[in-house]
Amino acid sequence: MINGLNDLIDIQKKRLPDINARREKPGAAAGWQVLVCTGTGCTSSASHQVREELAKQVQLKKVQARVIKTGCFGFCKMGPLVVIYPGQTFYCLVKKEDVAEIVEKHLMEGQVVERLLYEEPASGERKRRLSDIQFFHAQHRVALRNCGLINPEDITEYIACDGYFALADVLLNWTPAQVVDAIKQSGLRGRGGAGFPTGRKWELAAAAEGPVKYVVCNADEGDPGAFMDRSILEGDPHSVLEAMAIAGYAIGAREGYIYVRAEYPIAVDRLERVIAQARQYGLLGRRIFNTNFDFDIDLRLGAGAFVCGEETALLRSAVGERGEPRPRPPYPAQCGLWGKPTLLNNVETYANVPVIIREGPAWFASLGTENSRGTKVFSLAGKVLNTGLIEVPMGTTLRTVVFDIGGGIPEGRQFKAVQTGGPSGGCIPERHLDTPIDYESLKQLGSMMGSGGMIVLDETDCIVDIAKFYLQFSQDESCGQCTPCRVGTKRMLEILERITQGKGEMEDLDELEELSREVMDASLCGLGQTAPNPVLSTLKYFRDEYEAHIRDKRCPAGVCRALLDYVIDEEKCVACGLCARECVAKAIVGEKKGQPYFIDRQKCLKCGACLARCPKEAIYTV
Amino acid sequence: MAGGEKELDEKFRQLDEIIQRYGQQEGQLIRILKEAQDIFGYLPEEVQTYIAGKLDLPVSEVNGVVTFYALFHTEPQGKYGINVCLGTACYVQGAQGILDEFRRQLDLDEGDTSADGLFTVKSTRCMGACGLAPVLTVEDEVYGKFRRQDVAKLLRKYRRREVTAGDQWTERPDRYPEETAPGH
Repeated sequence: MINGLNDLIDIQKKRLPDINARREKPGAAAGWQVLVCTGTGCTSSASHQVREELAKQVQLKKVQARVIKTGCFGFCKMGPLVVIYPGQTFYCLVKKEDVAEIVEKHLMEGQVVERLLYEEPASGERKRRLSDIQFFHAQHRVALRNCGLINPEDITEYIACDGYFALADVLLNWTPAQVVDAIKQSGLRGRGGAGFPTGRKWELAAAAEGPVKYVVCNADEGDPGAFMDRSILEGDPHSVLEAMAIAGYAIGAREGYIYVRAEYPIAVDRLERVIAQARQYGLLGRRIFNTNFDFDIDLRLGAGAFVCGEETALLRSAVGERGEPRPRPPYPAQCGLWGKPTLLNNVETYANVPVIIREGPAWFASLGTENSRGTKVFSLAGKVLNTGLIEVPMGTTLRTVVFDIGGGIPEGRQFKAVQTGGPSGGCIPERHLDTPIDYESLKQLGSMMGSGGMIVLDETDCIVDIAKFYLQFSQDESCGQCTPCRVGTKRMLEILERITQGKGEMEDLDELEELSREVMDASLCGLGQTAPNPVLSTLKYFRDEYEAHIRDKRCPAGVCRALLDYVIDEEKCVACGLCARECVAKAIVGEKKGQPYFIDRQKCLKCGACLARCPKEAIYTV
Repeated sequence: MAGGEKELDEKFRQLDEIIQRYGQQEGQLIRILKEAQDIFGYLPEEVQTYIAGKLDLPVSEVNGVVTFYALFHTEPQGKYGINVCLGTACYVQGAQGILDEFRRQLDLDEGDTSADGLFTVKSTRCMGACGLAPVLTVEDEVYGKFRRQDVAKLLRKYRRREVTAGDQWTERPDRYPEETAPGH
């Protein structure tokens, strides 16, 4: 039970040697520390098996080593990841079968297991230390500061990393107005989408009248291809709890809610554990740090509706209703949860708060660009060599992110575009790659920051198909309340479907643009207002590709099925006849064990069943 | 609904417990529905009506919530739920083709559940495992870097589980080592 600052300092003193060992600072604890990533990416690659096996063998062979769970390192593609201190040795793609070698060679003999080290794709050089790897070079971790460093389920490790010191300082030495002021000074803007100034939000919520107010965390990360919030919840959940308590003090709230997606079972489970832990230590609950401040946090589960990421929809869903947005004003700061003043920020925004308090707003404001301070986490995925989670200062160029950190495009293919901002964002072409990333510059390019999803597309991705994909998403997720969004996106989708089937007309492009403007202007909430962005941005930068579909009935990237022909490679075909048996249209002719088979274009329905069936991968599309 | 009278009574008893635990708190309808779905496997009309009665809410309100969220289903689900991620990262790596292939191999024209009641195939929004795209889950198991060619193998793996004697859930020793599921 923590009653004052001294209790916190005691815990930190006790645990600091372990953290020092991982930070490679003086005063480090002796003995091996083996960190195993337990984020969703690595868990999906069976990292729990690696961890259990490590723990078992370490005990069996009586090695002086501790096996520790951590959150996401960000390098999900190479998972399961294991990092060993001292030495910061970075092992990737570790399998259960590799554990014996790691234990015997590394932990018992002190030698590095070369074959499990990361190999730089460009040079083929094996890198031993995590910090040597190109992927981590240009990064600057603020929101992700503890991810991959501490055991997220161990509150004492968080405290050792200065956790809850910001809360202590604020409660013991600051006035609520000073807290609001610090957040304003820092220039922090909302990391969930539109980039509203966070300090301003806090100010509005603090100024709202009423004895009951709420602090809410938006953890309904719905953008496809974005997973930073999940990684923070999984890797450093206490930072969010601490920030929410600070926010509660600043605006005068005693209750907080985290609205988290049920699709994130690891995050939900971890949150439940750490909330219980924080209560047990007296860092949530009554009279925190022996002051008059009470604050507690509860979870509310989202049930799979993208629109609930919109703040007014979220607040309805959090009280168990249909998550339908409503017009603003009134804003949540005046009328939110159960009609009470409510402060709503997203996970990554909160994760920045304790550092801003500790290091000072000036320090935070020194990072980034003039209008976009600090750092931003991006989830880099798609056609890029190094997929994963990265954090860079605002103002870093797209090129640095895609080519230096991301390592460029695999298999020597050509870069086509990078999609930012999910279904509300747009596609940015090669010629704008040197744009420094911030809220304004992305908006100018017809895209947006969104929550930070970044999907790289290469020459084999059809831009019309991508636009259709996002529109399909928005159409599916439209709550149906307002007509422009419900019907408008449907009409737009129909046009895109026509185009990808080779039935488009040139006038369709004008109609798409007109509809886009109408949907943007007339929709009730952010979902509809931004849904046309993927279409507009691709029309702007890749109009020729739309025209190829319409005029030449051709898909340059070779994606749109109706515009493709299926062909059998005569060299590879072994005339097994499996494809012909699979074909419902009887379009494939040939004789078993005879000449190579042949696909009759006239009869072919382009279902692709033969391609999936062929054991020799002899069928391809042109 | 599957199961005998007794089994059903037991399920409603469990539901009562859930309602007792969460019913007092304001705004916990989604949590109650989720727990109810875990108990019954889906949310048939009679369960919705029952919950509405206990919480003193109009059935229309409960049904409105059930139909709004993708998490809830009102039809019985297959024994193995296959969820193909259709997040952007998975999509650009060919997830749509994988989904189509599942639907084709299981003859799913309308509806999502195979005729034998074994599989329910759905697409899901981003699971956040983008580094492993394309990704799918079968119940709690995650398969990353999945290929369209692997669909048949995966279905065979789960079908073989069913062939094992009676209702025993033990997995028969894998006779075809090359056929172990991909991604593992």
